[in-house]
Amino acid sequence: MSDSPASPLTTADGVPLKISLRRAVRRSKLKAFLLVSPLLLFLVIAFIMPIGEMLWRSVDNPEVSTHLSRTVDALEGWDRESLPGEEVFAALAEDLREGQQARNLGLLSSRLNYEKSGMRSAITRSARGLGALEPPYREALIELNAHWGDLDTWKLIERESSPLTLSYYLAAVDRQLTPDGEIVRAPETQRLHVNLFWRTLWMSLVITGLTLLLGYPIAFLLASLPLRYSNLLMILVLLPFWTSLLVRTTTWIAILQSQGVLNDMMVALGVIADEARWQMIHNKTGTIVAMTHILLPFMILPLYSVMKTIPPSYMRAARSLGGRPFLCFRRVYFPLTIPGIAAGGILVFILSIGYYITPALVGGQSGRFITNYIAYHMQTSLNWGLAAAIASILLFVVVVFYLVFNRIIGVDKVKLG
Amino acid sequence: MNESLQQERHDSAREVPSDTPPPFARFINVQKSYDGIELVVKGFDLDIHKGEFVTLLGPSGSGKTTCLMMMAGFETPTHGQILLKGNPINDLPPHKRGIGMVFQNYALFPHMSVSENLAFPLEVRHLSKSEIKQKVARALAMVRLEDFGDRRPAQLSGGQQQRVALARALVFEPELVLMDEPLGALDKNLREEMQYEIKRIHADLGVSMIYVTHDQTEALTMSDRIAVFNDGVVQQLAAPETLYEAPENAFVANFIGENNRLYGEVTEMVGEKCLVRLDSGETVQAKPVAAGGIGARTTLSLRPERVGIVLDSQSPGFDNCFHAEVREVIYLGDHLRTRVSVCGNDEFILKTPNAQGHSSLRPGQSVEIGWSSSDCRALDA
Repeated sequence: MSDSPASPLTTADGVPLKISLRRAVRRSKLKAFLLVSPLLLFLVIAFIMPIGEMLWRSVDNPEVSTHLSRTVDALEGWDRESLPGEEVFAALAEDLREGQQARNLGLLSSRLNYEKSGMRSAITRSARGLGALEPPYREALIELNAHWGDLDTWKLIERESSPLTLSYYLAAVDRQLTPDGEIVRAPETQRLHVNLFWRTLWMSLVITGLTLLLGYPIAFLLASLPLRYSNLLMILVLLPFWTSLLVRTTTWIAILQSQGVLNDMMVALGVIADEARWQMIHNKTGTIVAMTHILLPFMILPLYSVMKTIPPSYMRAARSLGGRPFLCFRRVYFPLTIPGIAAGGILVFILSIGYYITPALVGGQSGRFITNYIAYHMQTSLNWGLAAAIASILLFVVVVFYLVFNRIIGVDKVKLG
Repeated sequence: MNESLQQERHDSAREVPSDTPPPFARFINVQKSYDGIELVVKGFDLDIHKGEFVTLLGPSGSGKTTCLMMMAGFETPTHGQILLKGNPINDLPPHKRGIGMVFQNYALFPHMSVSENLAFPLEVRHLSKSEIKQKVARALAMVRLEDFGDRRPAQLSGGQQQRVALARALVFEPELVLMDEPLGALDKNLREEMQYEIKRIHADLGVSMIYVTHDQTEALTMSDRIAVFNDGVVQQLAAPETLYEAPENAFVANFIGENNRLYGEVTEMVGEKCLVRLDSGETVQAKPVAAGGIGARTTLSLRPERVGIVLDSQSPGFDNCFHAEVREVIYLGDHLRTRVSVCGNDEFILKTPNAQGHSSLRPGQSVEIGWSSSDCRALDA
């Protein structure tokens, strides 16, 4: 600090120190940036842009406003009390005719069908029947399909004409909008996602707990053995990393299925009867067992790196001060490993709530995760907006857990190896 | 340290072997091997009396820390017995021994405050809250850290951490405290300060202490008795002055203090003296200590401050006088350190007080040096 803060420090030739310093480091900053730029570019293209696109898709709502643009314009100023007038129906007929010629009514009909069942056939049938229709279109269209005489259909078209929508998010949490814009729970038979979110969360917690239970003693052993033994053990811990994920998962199928290794052994030993073989795969048990195994290294490594830094003299000191071994562990060793537990815990938990392949292969119906439904909506139902909304909620949950973790433990305390 | 205490210390050190109460802690012929091939400790015997300060001194790898760890219970003796107050404790786990211990790097629990660290041994003994509070306060006062109770160990300096470790080892009032190179991580000034601090606390509390160090100055300053270790064997067990003045073998003579060595062969025994013919041809009169019989090889050990320069007229009555050539003179203020070449030894050191006449020595100059045969100890080869 200079004595007089009013006059900034300068170099010998009178240039302010800050400016000359900035000049001096500019070159090295530029070099550093060039070095990381390939990775930065890759991340932007392969990571940030897809995530942005996903977030956009979860609220994007172009179908009605593009494919029914004339209808939407004609609906301007509609009183929402009675059916709209002839000019709106004429606009609808025009829109449908154009859509039929361009063969692009599919997206529109699916989009409206998510919100009101029967809309897909209403649109396709009306578009096909349009050729024979004569004005006035109002009566003719209602005649053709009763949905056009339903006030709710028109309320829906007006609502969904907005370019952004929350309905995917509502669907993702088993809610829907009534025609009058109120949020209500979906019919009982259609409630699916909230249960799946909860199942994903609690099964991830169970998996995290199991990896901790199994990993803690191993990590302790690794940290306390002499180097040549611990290196060997470390290779065994890392071995799963070098084996294909699919191989590991299918191996569990071979072990756990009802005609599998474990059941056969139990039957041979007389522990269970042949008819009463355990059902351990294609359900929650299968998912939990396989994922605990697969995620175990992610718990062991952070634990190990923390335990490695705890000198054995702490435990010795505690013993010499009169503590029984378990008490010394509880009061001295365990508290010092908490950063490792937290790091391993958050890592396994976050990996686990986003896990896809293993639950898909061994989860059956009851052991599936929310990620499996994201895939389902992406690949089978083709409701990408809903898939994006579910994925965005998952991303949000992960970020919240991370922030809570950072607040309580501090990410800077975490070492991964 | 006051004079009477110093005197007392000397007396107790001298009296130890005979007519004292049964020793407080004992090692009886203890051996230790880690790999089943080599013995790290080869037959260790030591009696520690109540209130005594015993130091295990030796180079690293000499087995001294292993002995300490066996007393603490972290290592099991391969052979032999360890007794505490007359009871064998070989199979007693560490937490039941009630021995305080100060570790090399203090081993203060980093997640507990200083007070919590001190309270730990009291809590595991189920003392009442008020009692714990009182004892912790007293222990903090003892090491003069009254205001530091709420700090974490990482917020303390090395010396303060050292004091806390000391307080923690003492707070539950053990009768025996073990210290494993406790001052090794401190700088020189702090180390000296802590030596006196530990000595003061030892005198105040009257606990027995076993102290492990490789620093001979530390051992000489603090101990009632010192066991000099080398190669798993105690080379000599004696009070500091005895170790310095009367080392029993060449290792002790070298390890404790500075030492000039001359090598030769015993040629004749004359009453209290022996004659040694050096390899360079001269004959020296020496005091036989551990020098075998006539014809045996021997190492003559001579403290630098016991060698004098014989000035022209006055001879201080040395019975060994030799012609030497000055190689180097180092001025150290109160004394001069002169390296000379004598009896074929180029590294022969003289420490002479900076008295008048001596400072005129110059390299290359010839001088007459001499020593008394009683200061020249003939030890093992």
